[in-house]
Amino acid sequence: MTHFINLTLNGLASGAGYAALALSLVIIYQATRLVNFAQPALALLSVYTAYTVTQLTGSYWVGFAAALTVGLVVGALVERVIIRPIARTSQLNAIIVTLGLLLVIQGVVGMVWGNEQHGFRYAFDYVGRFAPSDVFALASVGGVALLLFLVYRFTPLGLRMRAAAFRPEAARLSGVKVGLMLTVGWGIASLIGALAGMLAGPPFLSPNVFDVVFVFGITAAVVGGLDNPFGAVVGGLLIGLGMSYVSGYVGPELATLSALVIVVLVLSVRPDGILSRPTARKV
Amino acid sequence: MSTAPLLSVRGLTAHHGPVRALTDVSLDVPHQGLCAVLGANGAGKTTLLRTLTGLHPATSGRVLLDDEDITRLPTEKVITRGLAHVPEGGGVIVELTVEENLRLGGLWRADRRDRTTFDEVMALFPPLAERRSRTASTLSGGERQMLAIGRALMARPKVLLLDEPSLGLAPRVTRQIFTLLRDLRARTGLTVVLVEQNAAGALSVTDHGLVLDQGRVATEGPSDGLLADERTRHAYLGF
Repeated sequence: MTHFINLTLNGLASGAGYAALALSLVIIYQATRLVNFAQPALALLSVYTAYTVTQLTGSYWVGFAAALTVGLVVGALVERVIIRPIARTSQLNAIIVTLGLLLVIQGVVGMVWGNEQHGFRYAFDYVGRFAPSDVFALASVGGVALLLFLVYRFTPLGLRMRAAAFRPEAARLSGVKVGLMLTVGWGIASLIGALAGMLAGPPFLSPNVFDVVFVFGITAAVVGGLDNPFGAVVGGLLIGLGMSYVSGYVGPELATLSALVIVVLVLSVRPDGILSRPTARKV
Repeated sequence: MSTAPLLSVRGLTAHHGPVRALTDVSLDVPHQGLCAVLGANGAGKTTLLRTLTGLHPATSGRVLLDDEDITRLPTEKVITRGLAHVPEGGGVIVELTVEENLRLGGLWRADRRDRTTFDEVMALFPPLAERRSRTASTLSGGERQMLAIGRALMARPKVLLLDEPSLGLAPRVTRQIFTLLRDLRARTGLTVVLVEQNAAGALSVTDHGLVLDQGRVATEGPSDGLLADERTRHAYLGF
């Protein structure tokens, strides 16, 4: 029984990181129908910034704040400067560009910080069962998800963002600056992506550290339903739990495979994900 | 109130790709005017409205609202100048609740916390008041049209552009909506431009009519005159 509880807690903690990354993908997909393959690269940039800032200032939390700020600003800039002009030509082009951006940023990070591993600390003590750093991971992702929900549901900004995402033209006819809403959405998404990076990065940073995390993050988003933020969180935790159980009871070599099994199982029952909106659309 | 037209369209031309959709269209709508824009499918009625609110770019010509040139303004700015546009099919956001749709319409206003307009719109459309916390996807076609008009009114516009409000609605509901337009003018001084396929219905509630044919103004004049003119009716209006 203790083993089961341990595995559950471990699964939830690692799932929190996947959930955050999934959330950042879903926010952008919801607004633009575009999977942002550059998300892990933006997280990478944020976390390396945190690494340097922490080294310079000696404070982990100043680095943490720097990571979130870089996520917010660079995410917004990428949308405004790179994605928007290209999305005008075609959606597919924009998706390919995010893929290219991933490679470019990974390359640049390798050039600036080097391709060897750097040690990177956790937010809190990480030793033992459900350590403070695990609590922090779950609490911060839970808090961010809740905050996001409250903003979307109860504030004028949230109403504008939802309107812009669902029906851009109707939103413009209601005086909503749809372009600005997209930029804000990318900023928020990349901030959450940076949080995911801060949670999933330690103990070692390298330019490819988020490749695997990204696979699980996008898996979580698909499992939850690509256009549902709650689904992203549920999907992330589910993937984390599934992998933890499989590696604990069966063997760690099968953990990655279990994520695939979860995808196949969920999608064969609910092809649009667990919490997706009905796909019937007005034409 | 000035005597100049509230909405003035001067020589407006617009293209769909290489195809000219509007050619040199001019139109003056006075304060509190009710103007019908009629014509067959593809005559350019919808393009005219979309060009007025900047959803479609004008190739040449000018649009003046209250003497301000709004031709090149982006849509979200045009709305804040006092032009409201209910697009074909209403453009209701079905994922949002009735109340959210309405609030969205007045969100850009500095006095958006003032509930007066909201309460007025609710009073105007009792079925919406009953369903205010339901999502708009649960509404009937007529209720959606009410919601779309309600959302436009939340902006307290000077001019309301309506694109085919009768589309897909029962004749009784259409009559209600037409009657509502006259009421609104009488009570709030609203100016309306109404695009319609239902020419007879539209001419019976408006005071001015304009007939488009292949993107050009074929004829225009007082609505009762157009109704009485057999040649126009046969040639362009199909009744």
